Amino acid sequence: MEKVLFLMSAFLLVWGLRLQSDPASASKGNKLASVGMLLAIFSAIIMPLENSNSNLIWVIVPLSLSSVIGYLIAQKIKMTSMPQMVSIFNGLGGLSAVLLSFTEIYKWIALPDSYDITVVIVLISSLFIGSIAFTGSLLAFAKLDGYRWSEKLTLPFQHIVNIIFLSLIVGSSYLFVTNPDISYLYLIIILSFIYGIFFVAPIGGADMPVVISLLNSFTGITAALTGIIFGNIVMLLGGILVGAAGTILTILMCNAMNRSLLNVIIGGFSSSGSSKENKEQGDIKEISDSDFAVQLFYSNKVIIIPGYGLAVAQAQKLCKEIQETLEANDVEVKYAIHPVAGRMPGHMNVLLAEADVDYAKLIELDQANEEFKSTDVAVIIGANDVVNPDAIDDSSSPLFGMPILKVWESTSTVVLKRSMSAGYAGVQNPLFFKKNNKMYFGDAKESLQRLSSELKNL
Amino acid sequence: MNEILNFLIDNEILIYLLLFTILLGFEVISKVPSVLHTPLMSGANAISGIVILGAIILIRTTESDNYITLILASIALFVGSINVFGGFFVTNRMLEMFNKKKKN
Repeated sequence: MEKVLFLMSAFLLVWGLRLQSDPASASKGNKLASVGMLLAIFSAIIMPLENSNSNLIWVIVPLSLSSVIGYLIAQKIKMTSMPQMVSIFNGLGGLSAVLLSFTEIYKWIALPDSYDITVVIVLISSLFIGSIAFTGSLLAFAKLDGYRWSEKLTLPFQHIVNIIFLSLIVGSSYLFVTNPDISYLYLIIILSFIYGIFFVAPIGGADMPVVISLLNSFTGITAALTGIIFGNIVMLLGGILVGAAGTILTILMCNAMNRSLLNVIIGGFSSSGSSKENKEQGDIKEISDSDFAVQLFYSNKVIIIPGYGLAVAQAQKLCKEIQETLEANDVEVKYAIHPVAGRMPGHMNVLLAEADVDYAKLIELDQANEEFKSTDVAVIIGANDVVNPDAIDDSSSPLFGMPILKVWESTSTVVLKRSMSAGYAGVQNPLFFKKNNKMYFGDAKESLQRLSSELKNL
Repeated sequence: MNEILNFLIDNEILIYLLLFTILLGFEVISKVPSVLHTPLMSGANAISGIVILGAIILIRTTESDNYITLILASIALFVGSINVFGGFFVTNRMLEMFNKKKKN
């Protein structure tokens, strides 16, 4: 019976993930996968086991508690904090694998004859990878949430320190396997936790989505390793599936930024911020509320480029309001979505969907770059690096080579921004100094509020 | 060395499965529009919480008075299943938004 259920759940997990790679069926795919997971949990609870004890209460209590907590978190969380949320969840998954491997190894110490040495090696690997996923995800969370200290954890010669740590971990694992003393085990865990932090520390905040995806595949791999130990095929299958899919997803994300995975891990952005600093910058021009409103009002076509600034200010509904006012006056409004705008791919799509913006109005990079030529005003709201012309013009820029939105091809551009500070990549943006660009300073929400009331008075 | 070889032979079917699943994972995800990267990451993350099956099996095979193991394993189950349930619910919420758009 439970074998049939496991088979069904394995099928549902694979098929569900498959459906999730197409927008039309994604929602169904997620539901199928969750049914598959429920089946798997149910089968694990009812399957007959040797030396089974009725410890059901120890299973049911944590399961029901966490299902309620998980549901509440999922409902309460703001859509803009989604990347952080995924990161925290992933960290918990990693912690779960760590605890599980630890408990198994602990049992081995008491009864050294009960396991093969290979099993212990697999368990230690699972412990190690799970620890990286755990502390790494927590640091990724801190970086995404903007805690200042999280950017300052990098040591000098970090990459060399990391290699030393790795060899220490391998060394203490060897000592532990040959001489099962629990203190070695503690040493492995502590070293692995620190290694997880060091692994993520040198990577720039803008690359966190890539890191989370990578750590996600790590969690998958630990799940698979633990699956081998427990001889459970669904665990192995689910874990490897996530491990492989996570790896591909990581590579796809890197491709969207035109960078290699190695380049991301070594921390390309943080180390090469020394782009030509004393380049001729020229002056910036500000635009007043009424001028801005009039300019938009008498345009034929406006393209809005949303970025992280729109997300933090929670201004997506105002954005939609302005869109409607303009459309009521026969102005064509579209949104150009850069693949890595915001803190995570798809971040802007989710955000605008929340404000009920019509799906058909969102255009992707290539189409947007065609349409800028026939656009009167391109309005950049809280985006920066994705519209930086240096990515095309300046080969010394850390952004060089990244595909970007060529907003300056429109008749004019207006940048809504809090200040002149650099974007996430830490580089200045020459777009701000272009002749046909104007700046409109302030928090995205307040700025759009002013603009919206100005528009309604026209 | 012999032990590792024996391990491989003992788990022959598992190793085959491992190889094919890696290929399957690559294949399943190879073409995804960037819009879906975030929901997909979140959905895959929920699946990685499958590690809790191990916790359940461990709890069920532990002697009822071995409290250290029971407590550790149920903490593992607890945090792991927050990952599972939270992950699926959050993914669902994200994807529902796209769906709503489609129908309009």
